Amino acid sequence: MWEYTDKVQEHFINPKNVGELDKPSGTGEVGSLACGDALKLTIQVDELGIITDAKFKTFGCASAIASSSVLTEIIKGMSIEDAAKLTNQQIADALGGLPKEKMHCSVMGREALEAAIADYRGVILPMAQGNVVCECFGVTDLEIIRAIRESNLRSVEDITNFTKAGGGCGKCEDKLREILQQTVQAMATEKASQPKTQRLTTLQKIKKIEDVIEREILPTLKKDGGGIELIDVDGDIVTVSLRGACSRCQSSLTTLKDYVEKKLREQVAETLIVEEAR
Amino acid sequence: MMSNGKVVYMDNNATTRIAPEVLEAMQPYLTEYYGNPSSMHTFGGQVGRAVETARAQVAELLGAEPSEIIFTSCGTESDSTAILSALQTYPDKRHVIKTKVEHPAVKNLCENLDKLTGQQHRITRLGVAADGTLNLDSYKAALADDTAVVSAMWANNETGVLFPVEEMAAMAKERGILFHSDAVQAVGKVPINMKKNQIDFLSLSGHKLHAPKGIGVLYVRKKTPFVTFLHGGHQEKGRRGGTENVASIVGLGKACELAGKMMAEENTRVRALRDKLEHGLLSSIPKAILNGHAELRLPNTSNISFEYVEGEAILLHMNRHNICASSGSACTSGSLEPSHVLRAMGVPFTAAHGSIRFSLSIYNTEEEVDFVLAKMPEIIANLRAMSPFWQG
Ligand SMILES: Cc1ncc(COP(=O)(O)O)c(C=O)c1O
Ligand code: FES
Repeated sequence: MWEYTDKVQEHFINPKNVGELDKPSGTGEVGSLACGDALKLTIQVDELGIITDAKFKTFGCASAIASSSVLTEIIKGMSIEDAAKLTNQQIADALGGLPKEKMHCSVMGREALEAAIADYRGVILPMAQGNVVCECFGVTDLEIIRAIRESNLRSVEDITNFTKAGGGCGKCEDKLREILQQTVQAMATEKASQPKTQRLTTLQKIKKIEDVIEREILPTLKKDGGGIELIDVDGDIVTVSLRGACSRCQSSLTTLKDYVEKKLREQVAETLIVEEAR
Repeated sequence: MMSNGKVVYMDNNATTRIAPEVLEAMQPYLTEYYGNPSSMHTFGGQVGRAVETARAQVAELLGAEPSEIIFTSCGTESDSTAILSALQTYPDKRHVIKTKVEHPAVKNLCENLDKLTGQQHRITRLGVAADGTLNLDSYKAALADDTAVVSAMWANNETGVLFPVEEMAAMAKERGILFHSDAVQAVGKVPINMKKNQIDFLSLSGHKLHAPKGIGVLYVRKKTPFVTFLHGGHQEKGRRGGTENVASIVGLGKACELAGKMMAEENTRVRALRDKLEHGLLSSIPKAILNGHAELRLPNTSNISFEYVEGEAILLHMNRHNICASSGSACTSGSLEPSHVLRAMGVPFTAAHGSIRFSLSIYNTEEEVDFVLAKMPEIIANLRAMSPFWQG
């Protein structure tokens, strides 16, 4: 049995905005019966470019239904510009996370949204123009490359979890491996050609970490009744200890990786790894 | 939830509850009688006698000789042991025949034979018809001079469909080919008499017939050559090393005795409950399709597809009412494709993703069937109302 968060259960049992809008400004349809999940999203956009209403119909498992439901909640009231920037991670986060094998459900949500926005704008999505690499699930090279880049995928299994490609007959695995290699390499070269950020001394690094924790991380965690203490910095390994509500919280690992680590990487150094003190 | 608050357990092909009589028989061997059956002292010796009683009970249910019964750790071990034994018996024969709908215990062993043995094998995977039955002509055509072993299940775990394994074994025998049948789902549900057939190896598993998990049996016909899988001590006459799982063996013996007594009930009362459930679901829910042959089938199993909805979603809604069943949908299998059994039958995708397997046991009641019949139509209707493919 999958470990679903309460949020997933909630949206699965009482999904919001089920149905189809009468005269939608945009419609996005992704997936198919053969694939085992499919989503039809309809959106209403007003003259100011704000999404005023959204409805969905989904064929699929609990996490597909929950992802669709939470997606409609997120985008209602959003401008089209902001909605176009929505990532699948934001959909997963809004559900308190998804099992990694189910991440493709959040990807399906984002794809349906993009398709609906493209329909509203009257343009054709570039993703659909790629070459189909995985025939079993009709996934194109462009979709795969994008998933690798956006979600930092590092294995064929990751690709399958996020896009389903490779999850059927397995015939496309070599091709997936090739795309993965090329994309990872391309990403590395791009990074190397970027201007190097100045290297920090250990002392500067610790100071900066302390500063970010004090200024940004601690206040946020405190809002949820939690806290955090910096224990040690050893090279790129930052050891912290979560306090209060956070330490007992089931999602403490998510807090650590998705929030604390992300913040420190953004503001101190890309290479930092945050771990919890045992 | 049922008014008595109990779970409605209709997932007996996955595993069964331990019968109270079985637990009672086991208890002394988990407490006072902890001796090693191989020991010289009386204290251990009496435990050894309990193992032999259990062996006789298992043999009785199968119409076998006690000496033909080897206790193993599970159905999976029995399957592996049989197939690998046959291949070692005939080192020059590298052809294996199995069906496309075998349990992973056989399927994945066969897919990995080359890696495992360092030798090349030719595997014939027999297809099935749309109703899950096997075509004997294609089977006959597949039998070859280099065929070492055939492995075909007695009853399929997902659909309950029965294969004519006795006939198949006779055909194999004519060509000097060893025959294995995975009877894990059949034992206790349909009569099996090894005196009346020529099957060489037969696997069964305790937890499918109200004994504990982690105990199995491999039947090996008296004159059939046998090569040990688990080398070790002289337990099981040197055919399977490892100190006996005494309590579970005793439990399995008792379970086999009970199964013999309950066989009639299984094929009358349980079958009637299954039929009531099946007819009720098929008539009250539109676009519901039975998977598998309606007659050539275990009496306890019903596999039904609800078109245009997905199995995991159905199961989770059933779970909210404390109803337990299984699905062949992709999402429940942890893979991304629906069950290999339904695919081999050519069940269309509109249906394969929405398949639910109900598997009953003697512990199910009519009240439970009525409860499930009362809940299912609404669950399916609600999910369909959400499905982009449903034109209701
Ligand atoms: C047909 C069949 N064969 C083999 C097995 C494996 O048995 P065990 O779980 O005892 O290894 C099962 C049960 O899962 C089964 O249904
Ligand atoms: S082509 Fe990709 S899994 Fe079959």
